[in-house]
Amino acid sequence: MQTLQQQWFGNIQADILSGIVVALALIPEAIAFSILAGVDPMVGLYASFTMATVIAIVGGRPAMISAATGAMALVIVDLVADHGLHYLLAATILTGLIQILLGVLGIAKLMRFIPNSVMIGFVNSLAILVFLAQLPHFIGGNGITYVFLIITIGIVYFIPKFFKLIPAPLIAVIILTTAAILLHLDVKTVGDLGAVPTSLPTFLLPNIPLTWETFAIILPYSLALAVVGLLESLLTAQILDDMTDTKSNKNMEARGQGIANIINGFLGGMAGCAMIGQSMINVKSGGRGRLSTLVAGVFLMFLIVALRDIVIAIPMPVLAGIMVMVAVSAFDWGSLKYATTAPKSDVFVMLTTIIIVLYTDNLAIGVVTGIIISALFFVSKISKVNITSTNGTYIIEGPLFFASTKAFIEQLELATEQHVTIDLTSSHLWDESSVGAIVKVVSRLEEKGQTVQIIGMNPASQALYQKLVGLS
Amino acid sequence: MYQHIVLAADGSENALRAAREAVKIATLSPNTLVDIIYVASFDQARADMLHAASPDSLLLERKRKVATVEQLLLEAQIHYKVTILKGEPAPEIIKYVNAQAVDLVIIGSRGLNGLQEMVLGSVSHKVMKRVNCPALIVK
Repeated sequence: MQTLQQQWFGNIQADILSGIVVALALIPEAIAFSILAGVDPMVGLYASFTMATVIAIVGGRPAMISAATGAMALVIVDLVADHGLHYLLAATILTGLIQILLGVLGIAKLMRFIPNSVMIGFVNSLAILVFLAQLPHFIGGNGITYVFLIITIGIVYFIPKFFKLIPAPLIAVIILTTAAILLHLDVKTVGDLGAVPTSLPTFLLPNIPLTWETFAIILPYSLALAVVGLLESLLTAQILDDMTDTKSNKNMEARGQGIANIINGFLGGMAGCAMIGQSMINVKSGGRGRLSTLVAGVFLMFLIVALRDIVIAIPMPVLAGIMVMVAVSAFDWGSLKYATTAPKSDVFVMLTTIIIVLYTDNLAIGVVTGIIISALFFVSKISKVNITSTNGTYIIEGPLFFASTKAFIEQLELATEQHVTIDLTSSHLWDESSVGAIVKVVSRLEEKGQTVQIIGMNPASQALYQKLVGLS
Repeated sequence: MYQHIVLAADGSENALRAAREAVKIATLSPNTLVDIIYVASFDQARADMLHAASPDSLLLERKRKVATVEQLLLEAQIHYKVTILKGEPAPEIIKYVNAQAVDLVIIGSRGLNGLQEMVLGSVSHKVMKRVNCPALIVK
């Protein structure tokens, strides 16, 4: 791990430049994710400023960018619609507390239990949901709406192939917003969805009744936000570790996400987490240190102040077009091939995760279900023991534990040879069930007058066996 | 002769052809080191991580990409090492080669992605233009 000084000042020039690029790229997305969540654009912009700035200091993965994200926006849609902004802010603060707790408990270790089939299901369902959420913004719209949508998609797709200095989504916003204003075009804008407050973020206590009822309302959302936020953040951290060939402190990152979300909630921002796309933009642009994340946050604030009057004039189909492209790049297109080449159980887990997310509209439920199903598949896979017999010697291949002993007992009980040898060279005794199963088989066979010899038990199994049968 | 040869490999058929030429040249003198470099592209970083069971299995996956090339050098008893770089393929190869005393770069003429080559230009072409040492492009 690098020293703190290296993490901050090891790459000053490139960090400043990449931070500026990220801030420019963040603006359209933060606005679009706010609209996705059903809150004022400033809520997402403030959240992005706060998350980036705080995470720069307390995060565990230098150069990772955290802000308002699509994943978090999707979780809070119903909360905002049913109870309003202040419940969202309270839920954001509670999310932070849960994340700090999970970080202290060492959540990073648990992340290793999440199989890639669930991760692929997660990113794909996220992409699908973001895409579906854009449809109402252009379907049934007028001709100009569709023209703007298509021009935006074209700009975002083609411009980066020739010109990389300014993020393409921002170019689309600038050109098309200007066009809409100058030509007085009849197209829905961000302003049509609600008023934009032009104050700077200030400390505020969420205006909610401090009752158990309130707690019961926000807790499910906070749990889902904590899970989804950490999942995406730790996946992003892993990707950045790989890209930069450096290590990161995942539990520190989890705690940092928590701290950032608490401050975020008190400053009027929506819950956020790390962003895979923006973090990759940062690294590709040369960002390596904490300074890049800090510059992204601070420069974003500068842009918010400078551009706040323009935000309301941004045409909605432009944001929808940007989000369509975000969805396209968030979708893991490699999973189409994966669906045909990966083991069937993995494909089943991926599809189940996606279907459950789409059905429940809840990323957290899909992920948790996916993890449970894949864990069951894993147990059933490793509980298969292969038993072959020649002349009274039974070779056991595969681990013996509570889920695999049944087949072992059933087959060995039927042994008819006068002298039975059980060869455990390719097996391992894991628990009380396995030792019990051996004792059971031996006594059954001996009752029938057969003799039994056990060979090839490895030292660990032998120690367990002797301990559990009471020998020492 | 050529003491330090850099061989760019990406798991493609063309990289294998380049490796065969590398073997021919390396066998000309006894102390040649063939430096096999594989660039894990930034654009693939997310997909790579999503499809790998763990960072360790990802490392293995990347090592497998150069395994056929490695096999070739092993059979010819040529001294070699494998280096995995991260970034955009062409600039990373160029940076690596120009940063040390390399006598020759050998690279296949066309990598995995035909469409990308049409739009972005080929990696081998960029490498040839910008390295400070002789380059052999293998068709």
